[in-house]
Amino acid sequence: MPPPRLRGGGIILVKREVILIKGKFSKLLIKNFAEYKWNYLFILPKFLLFFTFIVIPVIWAFFLAFQEFGIFETKWVGLTNFKEAFTGDLFWIALWNTLRYTLTVVPAQIFIALVLASLIHPFSRKIQTFFRGAYYFPTVTSVVVISMVWRWMYTSKGLINYFISILNLGPINWLGSSNWALPAIILMSVLTPPGVGIILYLAAMDSIPESLYEAARIDGAGSITSWIRITLPLIKPTTLYLVVIGTIGSFQVFTQVLLLTDGGPGYATTTLVHLIYNAAFRDFDFGLASAHSIILFGIVLIFAFIQFKFLSTDVEY
Amino acid sequence: MGFKDILLKIIKVIFYIILFIGAIIALFPLYWMFITAFQLPNEVFSMPPKFIPTVVKKFIPLLLQGDKEQAIFILTESLRNVKILFIDTGLYRWFMNSLIVSVVSTLGILLFDSMAGYVFAKKQFPGRDFLFWMMISTMMIPGQVTLVPMYILVTRLGIKGSLYSVIFPPLAMVFGVFLMRQFMKTIPTELIEAAKIDSASELSIYWKIILPLSKPALATLGILVFMSVWNSFLWPLIILNKDYLFTLPVGLKSLQDKNLVDYGLLMSGASISAIPMFIVFLFFQKYFVKGLTLGSLKG
Repeated sequence: MPPPRLRGGGIILVKREVILIKGKFSKLLIKNFAEYKWNYLFILPKFLLFFTFIVIPVIWAFFLAFQEFGIFETKWVGLTNFKEAFTGDLFWIALWNTLRYTLTVVPAQIFIALVLASLIHPFSRKIQTFFRGAYYFPTVTSVVVISMVWRWMYTSKGLINYFISILNLGPINWLGSSNWALPAIILMSVLTPPGVGIILYLAAMDSIPESLYEAARIDGAGSITSWIRITLPLIKPTTLYLVVIGTIGSFQVFTQVLLLTDGGPGYATTTLVHLIYNAAFRDFDFGLASAHSIILFGIVLIFAFIQFKFLSTDVEY
Repeated sequence: MGFKDILLKIIKVIFYIILFIGAIIALFPLYWMFITAFQLPNEVFSMPPKFIPTVVKKFIPLLLQGDKEQAIFILTESLRNVKILFIDTGLYRWFMNSLIVSVVSTLGILLFDSMAGYVFAKKQFPGRDFLFWMMISTMMIPGQVTLVPMYILVTRLGIKGSLYSVIFPPLAMVFGVFLMRQFMKTIPTELIEAAKIDSASELSIYWKIILPLSKPALATLGILVFMSVWNSFLWPLIILNKDYLFTLPVGLKSLQDKNLVDYGLLMSGASISAIPMFIVFLFFQKYFVKGLTLGSLKG
């Protein structure tokens, strides 16, 4: 039987070693930290803001979707919110309206951007700058302002009805009839020029080497052929980018709807975000609103994934 | 000049005409907004519409004819909406609130994003790539996902309805970190190394070398952030609940709710809130272009 003191001494020894090792380790950490201290300190303010106002709310949103939120008590309710979302007609109406909006506005805007950029590109720098500025100008105006102007132009004796009366059409009750309200919102978005798209397409066209066009010319290709065979494929990454951000943006269409029709008449122009807004801040049903927003997130992800899959290229030049 | 050259000229002229008509369509709603804002009361709803307001047509001829009284009468009549807006509504407060919020948010973002962007672009340390990609990957998340939790969070922080509640959340935007990192990668590392040999501190390297060299990127980011905060609507609409603390877009919405069909008044308010961005754009057009191309394209 070994004397207890020895054993105790062993333990002390082990402890001391552990402490020694721990000490070395923390010294190492401290040394590393001292080395990198400034790096972490430089990131810290941004990271704290990012964590507080993005990370926490995103995680919280997933919790809220499975809860019934009350000021005094919050209950777990499982999938109830999602069931409520999917079984109500309203969600499907909103989804359908949002899809109709997205599937017309995004292709139309990208098409317009492509055409205008292609028309602007052959001109000199000065003229390019002028038109780029003119077409980007409305983009710097807030959607609230643009929507207010269009609401005024869509009134029964407004400008749009005046223009179509010249063509012997109308008058159309643009915002008051359930057939025309959504097309009116779509028309407004299509006729507000896609400033971002034009600028990005112009930049992409600038970066195509002139030698490619020269080679095509030597081979006897006309300008339309080289536009189709050279320009279009080489600006495809820009198209992909525009399709993705356009889709994400259009799925979130809200301001126009709130200011022009407030979702009406009936539910003719209710969109997904308008639905979230109503659920959260008119009915104060935070759980349902969170479920809606998670579903919206899922749809956006699926769309982005499909678009990357079908439109991505490995063109290099 | 051969036949081909003439054809090319004709095609260019056609392009030019199409672009011109397109630009007129694009800019017309804004023109119409300004026109309506300064029309006389009986002109706003006139049919056919008056595309040039009386005040523009008649003010100077009346002055030249010596009918000063009539000229001033027309001018004050056409500015009546502006007067109503500044005296009877909170427009001036909304304008100042928007200015405060946009300037403070922009300065905060410029400082924090340039600090983070610098470290992400030029330093090696454990966890760097993880942190960066974590931030970037949240850019895909639609803003509405965080709307409700943010509302609860801001309420619990006790700043709901105050200007802080619209100043802080935009500071978390990660777009700027990405943009600054992309730009700062192009700053030669030798400059930093040379400064280190001269035993410059980390802070002074950032402040005296990195920041001055990043001026173009800072200008670009600053303008884009200013625009997005000045125009932001949904979050301020939800969180601001006192009239005197509204920002301009929220104020305009409340103006529309109270004066549904007074389009002269509404268009005056819309014009006043749009003018600052127009000025910023006219002076800094090239930075808008740079920001869009720097922030979106790969590499």
